[in-house]
Amino acid sequence: MNRRTLSRAALPVAVVLSLGLAACGGSNEAEATGGGTAAGTSGATGAAVTGEVVADGSSTVGPLTEAAAELFRETNSGVNITVQTSGTGGGFEKFCQGQTDMSNASRPIKDEEKAICDGASIAYTELQVATDALTVVTSKDNTFLTCLTTAELKKLWEPAAEGKVSTWNQVNPAFPNEKIELFGPGTDSGTFDYFTAEINGEEGASRTDYNASEDDNVIVQGVSGSKNALGYFGYTYFEENASTLKAVQVDSGKGCVTPSVETAQDGSYAPLARPLFVYVKNAAYTEKPQVKAFVDWYAANDEVATKAAQFVPLNETQVTALKDAVAKLGS
Amino acid sequence: MSTLTAGGGPVGRPGPRAAVITRQHSRPGERVTMVAIAAAAGFSVLVTVGIVLALLFPAVEFFRQVSIVEFLTGTRWTPRFAGQESYGVLPLVTGTLWTTFIGLLIAVPFGLGAAVYLSEYAHPRVRKTLKPILEILAGIPSVVYGYFALTFVAPVLLNDLLNLEVGSFSTLAAGLVLGVMIIPTVASLSEDAMSAVPQALRHGSFALGANRMRTTLRVVFPAAVSGIMASIVLALSRAIGETMIVALAAGTQPRMVASPLEAGQTMTGFIAQTATGESTPGTLSYDTLYAVGLALFVLTLVINIISIRLVRRFREAY
Repeated sequence: MNRRTLSRAALPVAVVLSLGLAACGGSNEAEATGGGTAAGTSGATGAAVTGEVVADGSSTVGPLTEAAAELFRETNSGVNITVQTSGTGGGFEKFCQGQTDMSNASRPIKDEEKAICDGASIAYTELQVATDALTVVTSKDNTFLTCLTTAELKKLWEPAAEGKVSTWNQVNPAFPNEKIELFGPGTDSGTFDYFTAEINGEEGASRTDYNASEDDNVIVQGVSGSKNALGYFGYTYFEENASTLKAVQVDSGKGCVTPSVETAQDGSYAPLARPLFVYVKNAAYTEKPQVKAFVDWYAANDEVATKAAQFVPLNETQVTALKDAVAKLGS
Repeated sequence: MSTLTAGGGPVGRPGPRAAVITRQHSRPGERVTMVAIAAAAGFSVLVTVGIVLALLFPAVEFFRQVSIVEFLTGTRWTPRFAGQESYGVLPLVTGTLWTTFIGLLIAVPFGLGAAVYLSEYAHPRVRKTLKPILEILAGIPSVVYGYFALTFVAPVLLNDLLNLEVGSFSTLAAGLVLGVMIIPTVASLSEDAMSAVPQALRHGSFALGANRMRTTLRVVFPAAVSGIMASIVLALSRAIGETMIVALAAGTQPRMVASPLEAGQTMTGFIAQTATGESTPGTLSYDTLYAVGLALFVLTLVINIISIRLVRRFREAY
C-alpha cells in the first residue's frame, strides 16, 4: 500500500518518457524475441508476446516494477503484469511456493527463505535494480534537528530507549527539554528491517512505543503535524513531501551527510542507503517468453523505470552487473 | 398437510370462516413465502452464531498461548515486535475508553438538548425540517468524519484556534468528531421516545400549574427514560465499535493513554491496521485479531446488558 501516490505520480512521467522510448523499446523488443527464437525452445511467435507475469514483494520496490511494467506494456500490450505488495518477506513466501515469477525485495534474501526456496527446488537470480536511501525526517517547523549521529539515532530507537528516552535533551544535552514523538514503519516493512539492522545493530530490534504504520502517509501526517516529531522512511517519499518535512543529516563518523541521489549512489550516505532487488525465478525466465521479454526489457531500461518511479538509479558498475546477470539467465 | 381440503373441501365444518382458513393453508404460494421469511429470520441468527464461533476458536487458540490474566491486566501491547512480544490489551482499551468518553461528552448533551427542543418546544413545522437535517449527520460516511478530524479538527481547531499541544493524531480530535457522528443517534431516538409520551400526561402537568420546562423534566423525561437510555446505549455501542475515525485520527501507537491530548490506538484501530497487514493465518500475531475482537464484543455486550437492566429498573410504564 506504501507509495501508491508515488506510482500515481510516476504515471504521467512514464507516458511522456514512453514517447521518447518508442524507438529504443522497439529495438529491445527485437532483441528479446530474437533471443527466444535463437534458443528455439520457447513458444514465442514473432513480436507479439502474450501471457501473465506475476510479481509480489516489497512495497518499496513495487512502484519500480510497476513503472517498468507500465512502460513495457506500451509496446507489449498482450502481457499482463500483476505487481502485488505483500512486503519483502511475504513476497518471498509466495515466491518460494512457486506462486510468483518475480519477487521484489528491499533486502537480500534471508538464509531461512533461501532454504525454503531450495527445498521447493526453485532456482532464482538476484538482480539489483535500484538504490534506495532511508531518510530521517522531522517537521519543517523544527529548529534544533539538523544532524544526528548514528549513535544518537540508536539512543533514540534502540529497545532500551523504550519508556525511558522521552525528551530530546536525553538524546543530546544541547537539544531542548521537549517531548519526543516518534513515527516509523510497522514491523512488516522492509524499511523497518533495514533501519533496525543498520542503526540498532539487530534486525527487528526497536523500541515499540512509537507510532507504527505500514502506510508512509501516516508517518508524513504525524511528523509534519508536530514540531518535535521524528520519523523515517524511503528517500523518494521524502522528496514527495519535501514541502512539509525536513531531512535530517546523518553522521556515521565521517561528518554530517545530507541524503541525496549522489550521496546514496556513491555510498557516502552511510549506512542508510540500500540496494533494491528483483528476484527472478530461473524456470519462469526460460519457460515463459513473456517473463523473459519483461525481464530483458527491465534490465535494458532500468534507468528509465527507476527515474519514472523516483528511485536512485544504478551507477555504471551496477548497470553492468545487472546486464551480466540477465545475460547469464538466458544461457 | 391439508389432506382434508385435498379430499374435497371442509367436511363437517360449517361457517365461512373455517373455509377461509383452510383455503389459506392450501395455497402453495403462502407456504413458499412462509418458508422464505422464516429462512430470512433464521439466516441472521445463523450468521450471528457463525460470527461468534469464528471469533471464539482462534481466540481460544490465542489464550492457550497467552494467559488471560496477562491479556487483561498487561499494560504493554507489542504483539508484532518479534522478540519483544507483550500481550496486555489495556493500552488499546484506554484508547477506546478515551475516544468513547469524549464522544459521549459531546453526543449526550447536544443530542438530548436537540431532542428536548424538537419534541417539546419546536413548532411542528420547524421540527419537520430540522429533524431530517439532523439525521443527515448520520448519513455522512465515517471515513469522511475521520478525514475531517485529521485535516481540520486536529490542526486547525485544536492546534491553531485553541492552542492545544496536540500532534496530528490524538484521542481528543477523534473523540470530538466521533461525538458529532453519534449526535443524531441520541437526538433522533430520544426525540421519538419523548414524542411518544401521551399528550394527556403533559396536559395533566400543565393543569396542575407546571410550566413547560418543569413538565419536560419531571413528566416527559421520566416517562421516556427507557427510550432515551436505549438511544444513549446505542450511541455508546457505535462509539466503541467505530473504526474509521479512530483508525485515521487517533494514532497508531498502543499506549496507556493518560491524557486526551495524546495519540493512542483503540481496539478497533488495531484490528483495522493489523487485518490489512500481512499476518500469516495460524500465527499468534494473527490470533491477536480475534482476541481483541472478542474482547471488544464482550465489552459491548456487557455494557448492553447492564444498560438494559438499568432501563428496566427506572422505566415508568403507562
